[in-house]
Amino acid sequence: MTILFLIIAIVILASAVMVVTTRNLVHAALWLIVSLFGVAVLFAMLNAGFLAVVQVVVYIGAIAILFIFAVMLTRREMRGHGKPLNNNWWISALLSLLTFGGLAMLLSNWDGFSQTPADFPSDFDGVAELGNALIDPNQFVLPFEVASILLVAALVGAVYIASNRK
Amino acid sequence: MIPLSWYLILSAALFSIGLFGVMARRNAIAILLGIELMFNAVNINLVAFWRYLDPTIMNGQVFAIIVFAVAAAEVAVGLALVISVYRNRKTVVVDDLDLLKW
Repeated sequence: MTILFLIIAIVILASAVMVVTTRNLVHAALWLIVSLFGVAVLFAMLNAGFLAVVQVVVYIGAIAILFIFAVMLTRREMRGHGKPLNNNWWISALLSLLTFGGLAMLLSNWDGFSQTPADFPSDFDGVAELGNALIDPNQFVLPFEVASILLVAALVGAVYIASNRK
Repeated sequence: MIPLSWYLILSAALFSIGLFGVMARRNAIAILLGIELMFNAVNINLVAFWRYLDPTIMNGQVFAIIVFAVAAAEVAVGLALVISVYRNRKTVVVDDLDLLKW
């Protein structure tokens, strides 16, 4: 289990670094797929099977493909202009390292930092519980509906913005 | 078993890499790729806390699903904006998009 986690973590982080440094944007989108797949494996390791499937279907199946389409529609810009990073990239690297250091320091001061997983009840059906929570009026039915309205509004807006109306 | 700290450190590292991508890339689509990495770091955190604190309370997973929906909406609108900008200005390099700068 530990070795699996370490392999997955290395795959996620290495492909994430490739995403932010590769010159060719199609390759960057493909590295993003590798990274997202690693995250899906982590979800499966955390007993969140439904989220692992949703990660593969929604992120890899929809969002990553959308990225590849967008890269192809704006393709001419990929070759010229050389550098993938701007001139101040070292400031960005410094700020990212500072963020990581700050987060790690904050977390390591927290009491529950190295706690082990809670007991997983043996007859516990996580997917059924999740479905109930999403449609239970006392829990999350309102955020769920608001999220669906947000999605519809955003997609209608996206079609409107991207359509060529002249 | 793996302690919670490993997941938290992994997601902090993934978030920082995504932050670097957002701040350092010149191409607008690459910036959106960095934002996706940050979303995933947040989701790892949410699911790890759900699993390690109390798996019978589903708040963490529900929040992760809302993050999925918001990420999909964000990508759709973001890429539509990028395509629209490309159609009008023939570039997606953010350094060249200085119409509002003076």
